[in-house]
Formats: sequence, C-alpha cells, structure tokens
Amino acid sequence: MRKLSGLGGRLYRGETSIDFVGKRKIWYSFSALLILASAFTLFAQGLHLGIEFKGGSSFTVTTPSASIDIAKQSLTDAQITTQNIIQKVGSDKVRIQTDALTSLEQSTLEATLAKNFNVSVESIDSQIIGPSWGEEITRKALYGLFGFLLVVMLYLAMTFEAKMAISAIIAVIHDVVITVGIYALVGFEVTPATIIGFLTILGYSLYDTVVVFDKVRENTKGIAASGKTTYSKAANLAVNQTIVRSFNTSLVALLPVGSILFVGAGLLGAGTLKDLSLALFIGLITGTYSSICIATPILAGLREKEPAMQALAKRVGTRGDKVSTNTPTVVESKSDRGPRNQPKRDRRR
Amino acid sequence: MSANKVANTQARAVRTISILLLSVLALTGLSFVIGATSFKLGLDLQGGTSVTLQPRIEDGQTGRVTAEAIDQAVEIIRQRVNSLGVAESEVSAQGTGINRQIVIQVPGETGRRIVDLVGQTAELRFRPVLAEGAANATPLGTDPTASVLPPGVTPEINAQYAALDCTLPENRQGGSSGNEAATIVSCDRAGINKYILAPAEVLGRQVTQASALLDPQGASGWYVTLEFDGEGAAKFGAMTTRLTSLPAPQNQAAIVLDGLVYSAPRINEPINTGNAQITGNFTQLESQDLANVLKYGALPLTFDRGEVQQVSPSLGADQLRGGLIAGILGLALVVIYSMLYYRGLGIVSVSSLMVAAVMSLLSFALLGELIDFTLTLAGIAGAIVAIGITADSFIVYFERIRDEIREGKSIKSAVETGWVRARRTIIAADVVSMLAAIMLYIFAVGGVRGFAFTLGLTTIIDLIVVFLFTKPLMTILAKLSFFNNGHPWSGFSAKSIGMVEKNPQKTGEVSNA
Repeated sequence: MRKLSGLGGRLYRGETSIDFVGKRKIWYSFSALLILASAFTLFAQGLHLGIEFKGGSSFTVTTPSASIDIAKQSLTDAQITTQNIIQKVGSDKVRIQTDALTSLEQSTLEATLAKNFNVSVESIDSQIIGPSWGEEITRKALYGLFGFLLVVMLYLAMTFEAKMAISAIIAVIHDVVITVGIYALVGFEVTPATIIGFLTILGYSLYDTVVVFDKVRENTKGIAASGKTTYSKAANLAVNQTIVRSFNTSLVALLPVGSILFVGAGLLGAGTLKDLSLALFIGLITGTYSSICIATPILAGLREKEPAMQALAKRVGTRGDKVSTNTPTVVESKSDRGPRNQPKRDRRR
Repeated sequence: MSANKVANTQARAVRTISILLLSVLALTGLSFVIGATSFKLGLDLQGGTSVTLQPRIEDGQTGRVTAEAIDQAVEIIRQRVNSLGVAESEVSAQGTGINRQIVIQVPGETGRRIVDLVGQTAELRFRPVLAEGAANATPLGTDPTASVLPPGVTPEINAQYAALDCTLPENRQGGSSGNEAATIVSCDRAGINKYILAPAEVLGRQVTQASALLDPQGASGWYVTLEFDGEGAAKFGAMTTRLTSLPAPQNQAAIVLDGLVYSAPRINEPINTGNAQITGNFTQLESQDLANVLKYGALPLTFDRGEVQQVSPSLGADQLRGGLIAGILGLALVVIYSMLYYRGLGIVSVSSLMVAAVMSLLSFALLGELIDFTLTLAGIAGAIVAIGITADSFIVYFERIRDEIREGKSIKSAVETGWVRARRTIIAADVVSMLAAIMLYIFAVGGVRGFAFTLGLTTIIDLIVVFLFTKPLMTILAKLSFFNNGHPWSGFSAKSIGMVEKNPQKTGEVSNA
C-alpha cells in the first residue's frame, strides 16, 4: 500500500508517467479488436435472453428433494409440451422455464409440481411473462439509454467542452458494446436486472470520465498561452495524476458490487442480485479502462487537430500533431514541476 | 491564512457538523413520532403477487389509449382487487403519459386468485332497470313465484336477487361484464343499492363523447352530457321512448361498467337526437367521475398480462437476508480498504460512510411512511452500489488534499484549497449520477424504478454528507497535530503521499522510533 502511495506522488509530479495518450494506437487497436469480437459473437451467437424478453413462464420449487427428474415428470403429468429448460439452482431449488402458458396450464402445472415435490402451491415461486412484454421493456430501456446519453452529452457540453462530451460518449458506447459482447461470448443470461446493470454502467463510466476530464480541464487551462507543453502531454499528465484515484475508486466500487455478486451468485443462486452485479462487475472494469485509455486519448486527438493546439505543439517542439511518445515527455514535465516542490519539502518534514 | 480566519473556519466547521448531526437526530425523532420505524418492503422481499398489465385498445378497434382511460382502468382494477379484502394491496399506474402500465401488488399468499381477476376487459352497458332495492333487500313480493314480478324477471332471477348481499365487498368485485343479452342482478359500486337489470340495449362503444359541465344558470349545477353515434342514438332513442312511460323504478336506465352500476338515472323524456344530459345533485367530482366512466366505456381497454410474479414468503425472506448480507459485506470491505489505504483519514471516510448509511436508512423509513416508498431487492442493490459512489467523493477529496500537499501547501491550507477543487469534481460527478438515476426512473418500469430511486436518493445524501460532514470534519482534524504534523498513521505523512522520492533516507528519521 505504501509503495502505491509513493507512486501517487511520482505520478502527480510526472516523474513516473505512463504514456496513455501517446500510445493511444495500442489502446485503440486493443479496443477495436474487442469491439469486433463483440460484434462478431453478438451476430453469430446472439444474447441468451431471459424469459422476460421472450415471454414465458418460470417456476421455482424449493425443497430438499429438488430434482430435475421429478420436475420433468411433472411437466409430462401436467401435459405441458412446450419447450422447456429445467435447472437445479443451489442445493435445494429446481427451476423450470417454459414458453408462455395459459392460466389453466399454469395452475395445473403448479398443482402437479406441488403434489410431486410434496410442497404447498403457495411455496412455489413463479413468474409469467406475456409475449409482448419483452418488446415493451426493451423499448423502454432503449428510450432510457438514448435519453440519458443525450442529457449527459448536453450537460458535459455545457459545463465542460463539446469535445469532452463527444469523447465521453464514445467511451461509454465502447463500454456497453464490449460488455454486451462479453455477455454474448460467455452466454450469461440477460434479464431486466442485467439491463439495470448496463444502464448503471453508463452512469458510472461517465462519472469516472468526468473526474479525469475535470483534471484535464484544469491542466490545460491557458495552455496555448503558456507554451510549455502540448495538449496531449497535459492531458496525459492529468490521467496519470488521477490514476491513483481511478484505481481507488474502481476498487471501492468493485468491493460492494463484488459482495453483491458473491451473495447473489453464491448464497441465493440466481436472480436479481446476481444478474445486476455481474453486469456491473464487468462494466466497472471496462468503464475504468475506457476513461483512462479511450476517453482521454480521443479527447487529446480531437483537440490536437485544432489549429491553436497544432501551433502550440510546434512551439513546444514536437512535430505536427504527432504526440511524442518517448522519454522527453517525462523528463520535461519533471523538470517543469520538480523545483517547485523541492524547497518546501524540508519545511514539511 | 491569518489566525483569526482559521479560528473562524474552525468554528464554522464545528457548527456545520453540529447542525447536521442535530438534524439527523431530529429526523430520527420524527420517524419515531410518525411511526416510521420500519421499512416498507417490496413484494420480492416479503412475498406476494405482483401483476403488471399493459393496457391497449382491443383488436379491431381504432382510437388511442388516453391518460384518463388508464386512470379509469386503475379505478376499475382497484375495485376488483379491494373486493378481495387483502390489506395493503396496491394498484397503481407506473410510467409516463399514455404509455403506462398498471401494477397490482398483493402481499402474502392470497394474491394468487387475483391474477385471473384483474386481466379481464371492463365493458360499459346501458341496461333498463327492472327492479331496485336496498343493498340487502329481501325478494320482490312475499312469494317468489307470485305474478307481481315485473315483466322480464323470472323467479330464478328473483331468487338470485334475494341472495345477493351488496353490503359485502366480495359481491362488488366486478370483473365480469356479464352476458349483454341476459337479465342480471347487480350491485351499485358503493354497495347502497342492488338492481335487477334487463339485457343491454346500448353499448359503451356507441358513446362518442362525454363531459362534465357546470350549468351557467346554476339551476342544475354540475351535469354530464353524452353523445352517441348513429346506431347508439337510434337505440338510445328507442330505449328512452319506451322507458319514459313506465312506472318507477322501471323508468330508469342503469349505466353499468364492469358489472357494477355507476348510476341509474331516471329517463324524463324520449331522447332521439343522440345527445343526452344526466343531471342530479352532482358535485364537480361526481360529474367528472361519471363522465370518465362513460368515456372509458366508449373505448374499453384490454389488458395484456405483462408480468406476473409470485414470490413465496420464504424466498422473500431469503432475498432480504441476501441483500442485507451483501450490504454489510460491501460496507465492511470498503471500510477495511479505506483504513488500510488512508490510515487516519480512513476514520473520516468511515465516519462519513456511517453518517450516510444512517441517513439512507432513515430516509427509507421516512419515505416509506410519507410517500409509500417500498424497498425492493433492486433498491437495496442501488443503495449498495451507491456505497462506492459515496466513498469515491472522499477519495476525490483526499487525493486533492494530497495533491495540494505535494504542491507544498501545509495540511491546514491544503484541506481548504483542495476542497475548492474537489468540490467542483464531486458536483460534476454527482450530477451525472443523478441524471442517470432520473432517466432510469422516468423510462423504466417495476424493479428498475426502485433501483433508480435509491440511486438518486443516495446521490443526494452523498452530496449532503460530503458538504456538511466530511469537509468540516477535515477542517477540524487538520488542527490536530496527529494530522497536521503528518504522523505516519495519519494518511498525510510525507512518505505515504510520496513526497520523499529523492531522499528516502530522510524519512527514516521522521518517525519517533
């Protein structure tokens, strides 16, 4: 821990600097690869949608004698011939999913299950989803998604810069695509709780980006006049200065989400908590990655295209809008900041 | 910073914290006074049935779902559900505008019956009244087989009429609009009268317009006008022409929605124009209610069963326990991490988290009492996720203070200047988080809304805690020599913030070893 804290100081002064902005091609390629892979698996495999989206019925029987065979037998007894999935959840639960049933079929099946498992009808947990319900919630989720993106973009454009808004939104879309891709690849079930998770990731990823951009804004204030450093370098310093915070924040966010995941998947077996926290868990990791490696480099790229910033880059001594990726960056910012810190340190001891 | 100014800042900090803590205490007192000592738990945590219905226009009909129609539908369904007599059952419309869902929530195990009950279409019909009586009146005539029965009333119907007790809520359930060609017995909605009604002569769909108006002369007060389409006008004309000549109560036409009589006005004259007025000593509200009933009848909604969820009390208890364990575990992990990483500062972060936790729990209890806020599993998850957001505000602030110290400021002034910069970041980040919560709340249904609500609520609490507790606490602590002198355990030691990279041997002497 202490080593990490010391690292914070070095990162702040720019003595240790990871060149996120300069090496952006690496991150871009890495992300492009992930996005392509996501798109491919999404089209090839599709998402494993829960019954909430397709319509259908789900029954969960909780009893120590829970077994797939009895459940199968019950379906036969109740003359339910639709497609079905029978799963053992945890040690004492069995879950049966079928296509949409009529009320009569539903009560027959519940009664049969109660009889065969020797439990009361009331103790069976059930969920019945109408066929048009999925469209409805998908539509609402999409409205929510676009509404949110629009509002946040306006907010960022107003309080920060238009280019920051664009970069932040690109980073968020990046996160969603990759998270969805991971879901398609691994075949995790997508339920409304997963959608809540996705939407929360948007908020979280933007939140993370906002903190980094706030520092970028501070570092680049009046940068064109000072002529000491280029936009990219100042932005990169900002990323490095906030990286300890980003790391701490992500960890602090992952700890509670991880505990929901642990409880949801481990103790409860399946359901809202597991679906929600799994989406959050994956999304938080991509969100932290994107605010550091995608959002800021895109912002720097956009800003470096401006004539004022190109002129600045020339004055500072790098060629054109190419960002210097070698050690001089580090040395420069160190010599830039070092002396200011030196004399005061003894006083503080 | 002058000594005077520092003293001022200190005094203000103490005052701010005191005010916040006193407010929390006062709110705690308030919650005891108004009896908000426990949380309202959602059905997924206490067990019960929840049905979400999607209203839509019937197939083959044209027209649009209106907001009033949905409100009326909620009324109809509430009537059906309340007849079951389950305490705390709730019927509400969720979502925005005409795109709303109707959510029915019935706690406990009795709710299974409602699933079939709530989904049926409610139809409006105009039926001539054959007989009218008090809610628990005896059969017409002393001898049920006597010939004094009004035309159209068979002895069987008379027996049904005698058996019907409209004072019992279960007999005022509605849910079935009945065969329109049959003679039926029916209660009025309030359970005051009961009726024998002839086959329907005019259907709700034949109504084109209905509105509540105030007579400008004030003679008849509030009244309701209604218009029929061509077919409706002809049938209504025929019915009214026939009824006006009959003795009471057979000169009345009942307006029956969902099997219940909403009004049974006397027909004064034949109405052949297709425009009718219903007068009576209506209040504004009564006339508007009746107009809404008629409008709803013009375009009855069908309800698609969107989602039916039946949670047994034992699963509910499991989920509640799971949510609580996850919350405590998450909080504990964050506390351990902040203590390890921020040392002395960890105390600030932990106490702030505790204040935030107390405020959140208090708000859940108070809002449960005041606006019927129910805590669901998704809501608990939202609150747990918010632990991270709240803790992040401290991290942003602490890192800012450390940055200021690295710039060479004293701890006392770093706490103040760092705050000015951290404040802006925290506000920006919380606004984004708040926007997410608001958009989720507006567009989502069911569980998502619970999640969005707690996320938004805890974001506000985060702002309150950071501004009114964490920052003043830092100001106070910065005066203590433990922090001010950068004690190795304070989280501000030169070593832990990396001030000493170039002269590591120097720090060796720092501690009092």
